[in-house]
Amino acid sequence: MSKLDSKIPEGPLADKWTKHKNDINLVNPANKRLIDVIIVGTGLAGGSAAATLAELGYNVKAFCFQDSPRRAHSIAAQGGINAAKNYQGDGDSTYRLFYDTVKGGDYRSREANVYRLAEVSTNIIDQCVAQGVPFAREYGGLLDNRSFGGVLVSRTFYAKGQTGQQLLLGAYAAMNRQIGRGKIKMYTRHEMLDVVIVDGKARGIIARNLVTGEIERHSAHAVVLGTGGYGNAFYLSTYAMGSNVTAAWKAHKRGAFFANPCYTQIHPTCIPVSGDHQSKLTLMSESLRNDGRIWVPKHKKDVEAIRNGSLKPTDLAEEDRDYYLERRYPAFGNLVPRDVASRAAKERCDAGYGVNQTGEAVYLDFASAIERYGKEQAFVKGLNVEDKAVVTKLGKEVVENKYGNLFQMYEKIVDQNPYETPMMIYPAVHYTMGGLWVDYNLMTNVPGLYAIGEANFSDHGANRLGASALMQGLADGYFVLPYTIGDYLADDIRTGPIPTDSKEFDDAEEKVKGDIDKLINNEGTKSVDHFHKRLGKIMWNKCGMARNEKDLKEAIKEIAELREEFYKDVFVPGTENEYNEELAKAGRVADFLELGELFAKDALEREESAGGHFRDEYQTETGEAMRRKEFQYVSAWEYKGQPSEAVHHKETLEYENIEVKERSYK
Amino acid sequence: MMNLTLKIWRQKDANDKGKIVDYPISNISPDMSFLEMLDVLNQELIEKGEQPVAFDHDCREGICGTCSLYINGRAHGPETKITACQLHMRSFKDGDTIYIEPWRAKAFPVIKDLIVDRTSFDRIQQAGGFISVNTSGNTQDANAIPIEKENADKAFDAATCIGCGACVASCKNSSAMLFVSAKVSQFALLPQGQVEATDRVLNMVKQMDDEGFGNCTNTGACEVECPKGISLENIARMNREYLAASFKG
Amino acid sequence: MSGILNSSIGRKFAMALSALFLMIFLVMHVSINFTSVFSEELFNEMSHFMGTNPLVQGLMQPILIIGVIFHFVMGFILEAKNKSSRSIKYASNSASDNSTWVSRNMLLTGVVVLAFLGLHMYDFWVHEMTVKYVEGDMSGLIDPNNAESGFRYYEELREKFVSPVRVGIYVVAFVLLALHLLHGFNSAFQSIGANNKYVKSLNGFSKVYSIGIPALFIFIAVYHHFTH
Repeated sequence: MSKLDSKIPEGPLADKWTKHKNDINLVNPANKRLIDVIIVGTGLAGGSAAATLAELGYNVKAFCFQDSPRRAHSIAAQGGINAAKNYQGDGDSTYRLFYDTVKGGDYRSREANVYRLAEVSTNIIDQCVAQGVPFAREYGGLLDNRSFGGVLVSRTFYAKGQTGQQLLLGAYAAMNRQIGRGKIKMYTRHEMLDVVIVDGKARGIIARNLVTGEIERHSAHAVVLGTGGYGNAFYLSTYAMGSNVTAAWKAHKRGAFFANPCYTQIHPTCIPVSGDHQSKLTLMSESLRNDGRIWVPKHKKDVEAIRNGSLKPTDLAEEDRDYYLERRYPAFGNLVPRDVASRAAKERCDAGYGVNQTGEAVYLDFASAIERYGKEQAFVKGLNVEDKAVVTKLGKEVVENKYGNLFQMYEKIVDQNPYETPMMIYPAVHYTMGGLWVDYNLMTNVPGLYAIGEANFSDHGANRLGASALMQGLADGYFVLPYTIGDYLADDIRTGPIPTDSKEFDDAEEKVKGDIDKLINNEGTKSVDHFHKRLGKIMWNKCGMARNEKDLKEAIKEIAELREEFYKDVFVPGTENEYNEELAKAGRVADFLELGELFAKDALEREESAGGHFRDEYQTETGEAMRRKEFQYVSAWEYKGQPSEAVHHKETLEYENIEVKERSYK
Repeated sequence: MMNLTLKIWRQKDANDKGKIVDYPISNISPDMSFLEMLDVLNQELIEKGEQPVAFDHDCREGICGTCSLYINGRAHGPETKITACQLHMRSFKDGDTIYIEPWRAKAFPVIKDLIVDRTSFDRIQQAGGFISVNTSGNTQDANAIPIEKENADKAFDAATCIGCGACVASCKNSSAMLFVSAKVSQFALLPQGQVEATDRVLNMVKQMDDEGFGNCTNTGACEVECPKGISLENIARMNREYLAASFKG
Repeated sequence: MSGILNSSIGRKFAMALSALFLMIFLVMHVSINFTSVFSEELFNEMSHFMGTNPLVQGLMQPILIIGVIFHFVMGFILEAKNKSSRSIKYASNSASDNSTWVSRNMLLTGVVVLAFLGLHMYDFWVHEMTVKYVEGDMSGLIDPNNAESGFRYYEELREKFVSPVRVGIYVVAFVLLALHLLHGFNSAFQSIGANNKYVKSLNGFSKVYSIGIPALFIFIAVYHHFTH
């Protein structure tokens, strides 16, 4: 227990952050020039942190495995970013955003961190607009908002279905400014393969140049990981192909605790799996649930008819449809949080109401939105609101304006026109709330090693609300880390450059080279993907949307066996001294094979249902998640050589400013 | 299920000469994405102990801009308004021969097989593709300056560029004008971008020229092949901005 | 401002300005020539004016020559740079799916027009220069010693279009000029940064211009050939 000090400042919740900023040490501008910071990952968190630290005067070295920092997977976030601006005058406030986030996270996040997040959320929007991020606007020229799941206000700022792209390009532009000034040295197509710890402090990394295969040493006074989540452990997910846990996992193996690995977000609206060849899943933004209604047929005979093609969904009468979210959760309807919506879809499909061949799909239907908008427009334009053709045409135009790019994306993949027939959707792995354990300063338990954005565990508890990932990434990078890291670095103004020829660097490089040698010289017969797919199946079937003791115990055993088999039988073509994607993938899958086991172990330990973690054994009579007071803690795992030997530490969560009650969206 | 002949550019590294190699492939489902078809090929090559075909890809949903394949003579393949990763095999038919080549431009040298180095794009952005505002959060309220919706929408349309380089690849002159103009236009259309407008366009165009991209001859190929449909209007706007900036000094 | 001609956009701008200038010249040229179809007298008068007015001869003619040379030289410079921007060609390239033939072949159509200009200069301009400035005959008369003989321009024009080969060459050259203009007209506006609703409304006009002007030239040549 004593090992985990969350360093939450004293004082009333609303004053903690301001007080903390006033209390912590600062580094004088002249001394910042003497300090180097390594940032791994250039998504919203890493990119914004790199830009801000460089702007403050630190010497930043930024690393990404992509060919440009602009391609980090934050770019794929679609729907929007939350901020408690209350521009709509609908009663929003910092407290309400805080409240919604803690409740949405099923009371498993740290109060002080979440409050700070809500507090700085408004700065993010100001900052981004000043940077030229083209958010959607109303005709009056002011910023527009929309609603997301799990909340009762409109606080989501957006740029069509490309909000993540626009925000990332904003951070990328801020980085470019600093790269141009020489304050950031950018290393693209580089992958971090180890953290170097000197005298107990993170002092550098070992990275592999993915083009030449060269192993490089880089030193700094602090190391920041903004390396995203680990959802690709499931093989199929909405993550990018390259997203991986390697950086975080190597940090874990060097002593950083891994917190709540089992908290995974399974997003309710993704395009269903179509076959074995599939390499990834595609998300359809949560914003679609503003206007789309989710349903399955009420009767099994209609399900059969739809599956065998004799009945078109559009021909099914209204009274024969089961709008199950509206039925079960009348207050929030289709806009319940993601974990609730996903589980409800699974419940219907498990009961045999899935509408595609595999039985794993539900409808997301825009017909009534098209009609509603169409009538509105017809009225405004003085046309006949009873003319169906006119109304449909106008309604489609409105829907196209709002979601055009998403509809196009859907049509390209599925080959069906979602303006004419309802979309088919099914939940898919989308985000991981778990990650490296960090304190209030975003520092892991390893001094000088920070984790920001999705890579840490801190703000979303057991379930993340829509449009909050972008908020957290940018809050960490722009507004939190730049303050808190100064407190740590203030002690380093006289340290001078960290040498890379120390024994610690030698050892780390040795280890990295050894691991690579082992993979490349393995005389195996099966490809990396072969193992990754098998891991994914275990994860999805036994650690997916619903988990139970028996499955989890099996998963732990199967993953350990699979890992053993991997090292015996994996085949990596080519050499280590060239561009070799298979080699890079092999290293990543090796780490997933360890993380997967810890994931299952964590899920097994957590004998309750909370947010994205649902245990069959712990549910209410109506099938809702049953939280248990005795599990009101963060699980932080310490590496001890094998995932099975990981040591469990607990950080108890205190709620002083919010009443912990049953999380209801009914 | 389809059987196809792939003609793929193979090049060991930047110094290798490279050549087109033929690969027959069978049992391809029309529901596969184009990149999944390449995955199948690579799995077959790996099983035979051969080197898989290296190609750039990441998000596989058409937004990161990493994938960059010249398929049957067109950037991102035969369909428009999508990237190669969004292309599905239903766009081809049984028995087809498919050429797969890397982007070709002096400013995009080949790294391996179908992977090219597009850091020239980053350097252009570093020359001025930003607004110099400190990331302190102490800026004015986001709603302090209303922006006409039409301009905001146009700025957004320009900003949707994913930096994939299809414009350069499909331009007969390997010109980067569409890419550069998208960024220049985004900022030119917003009040926040006005302050640095002169230097921005001069510096970015200079960097673009220094990187060895060709001149725009207004063939319009870039606009047709752009997966995000970035409009040629942006190029005209950049021309205006550039000329005004030049005369201003 | 300095070095604008060293930048890609500056060069394109200069290219466009010279093009716009030449397009205006073409209108003037075809207007004067067209008078030959219906009025020998008017054509002679105008030709004489253009051939002897010091402002036209001393100022506009050199500007025109410079404009033409600049347009060609710059065209070649740009083309050379563009060619060098892609050292390895595609094995398979379906350019026709994303751009028009004319837009990709401005060099080809331009070179043909250039070759034609050589013939044209030889036919008319060299002759004019010789008569006027070498032989010193500024009278414009068929017989300089006989004021009653009338202006020589119309007769000379008719003479040129007797040969079917020459008429054929004219026709081909003007067809290629039409193709050149079909892309060049709009392209020039785009290069100077004009692409808005007004310029878009010029689309129809640009087609009329690009086809109409060369068509008139062809008509004039063919008319004189067949009425001789």
